[in-house]
Amino acid sequence: MTQPQFEFLTRLGDNTLVLGHRVSEWCGHAPVLEEDIALANTALDLIGQTQLWLGLAGEVEGKGRDADTLAFHRDVWDFRSLLLVEQPNGDFGQTMMRQFLFDAWHSNYLAQLMDSSDSRIAAIAEKSTKEVTYHLERSSDTVIGLGDGTEESHVRMQKALDRLWPFVGEMFVSDEVDAAMVAEGIAPDPASLRGEFDTLVNNVLTAATLTRPQDDFAHKGGKTGGRHTEHLGHMLTQMQWLQRAYPDASW
Amino acid sequence: MVTDHPSVQTIWTWLDQVPDPEIPAISLVDLGIIRDVAWVDDTLEVTVTPTYSGCPATSIINLDVEAALREHGIQHLRLKRQLSPAWTTDWMTEKGRSKLEAYGIAPPQPSGGPKQCPRCKSPHLERISQFGSTPCKAQWRCTDCLEPFDYFKCH
Ligand SMILES: [Zn+2]
Repeated sequence: MTQPQFEFLTRLGDNTLVLGHRVSEWCGHAPVLEEDIALANTALDLIGQTQLWLGLAGEVEGKGRDADTLAFHRDVWDFRSLLLVEQPNGDFGQTMMRQFLFDAWHSNYLAQLMDSSDSRIAAIAEKSTKEVTYHLERSSDTVIGLGDGTEESHVRMQKALDRLWPFVGEMFVSDEVDAAMVAEGIAPDPASLRGEFDTLVNNVLTAATLTRPQDDFAHKGGKTGGRHTEHLGHMLTQMQWLQRAYPDASW
Repeated sequence: MVTDHPSVQTIWTWLDQVPDPEIPAISLVDLGIIRDVAWVDDTLEVTVTPTYSGCPATSIINLDVEAALREHGIQHLRLKRQLSPAWTTDWMTEKGRSKLEAYGIAPPQPSGGPKQCPRCKSPHLERISQFGSTPCKAQWRCTDCLEPFDYFKCH
């Protein structure tokens, strides 16, 4: 582990990048116009946050890589995003369930990062928190609306929850990068955030009349880059197509 | 040595003539994103804060600021990005708020929703969507005149 802070920042930036790209795949395809706009705006916020996180990662690394280089010139094994965010969109319900599970973790994590000993990280967290608060408000409302909706929407939301639940645990696994960040007062221990996440998620799932899966088995390997699911590679071929075909092309 | 810099006040007046690229009814100063204007020796430093981190207008705003100041003869210019404290609609000017309303966009309110329909002034409103045509807006509708309108979100 050469640069824990670089690792840590790419984790943050890759989460928002991969989820931002996934959500942007809905552009022009959402069930109704308002949702299309909301999804595009959410994606835009996430991509904006990516520029800040990966920009800082490149600065910390000091090898002249900027946010674009990190986003477009790395392959699957260099990505440090959570497995949850690379999962395919599925139907609208699955997209919103994925968003809710991520937002519930993200909002809490950013709130803690606002107290980071690194003022640059605290500033990005402060900026992002305002946006992520909207995301969480909307994804919670949608999960409740669809879960406690029609028979069809309820079944689909329960299926989405069951499908995505095995990817929740990874958000709270701590490793040596996290330990190094905790030691320097840069970031909280992910494991310490599970309680608040559970409270929030339980409240929303209850209101949505959905059943939280009993099994807490968790797939791992996204944030360490050790083993991504097959979906990330496919996504990158789309996202990085231009830079792969025409390396270093610019406007 | 006599300096012939335009005063900081003059520069604020110039910047107040630069329209927001997405809502040209208000200026960048009205929007509250110009955080500081200062001379550092011979270089003019303008501090700008983004509205939303992914707002595509951010780079255009920097270009517009630069173009406007160059046109007024400023040669040495440095644009600084400031993230913290994060932009808030509390920094929007009163003049900006009235211009927004006259333009048909309900200005931000601390209550989190528009006060009245920008067209017929009715207080009977409903929210259509928390998001709108740009990151800073939400979609609302007046239940009296039935017109949909943009609400500049309180942020
Ligand atoms: Zn009206």
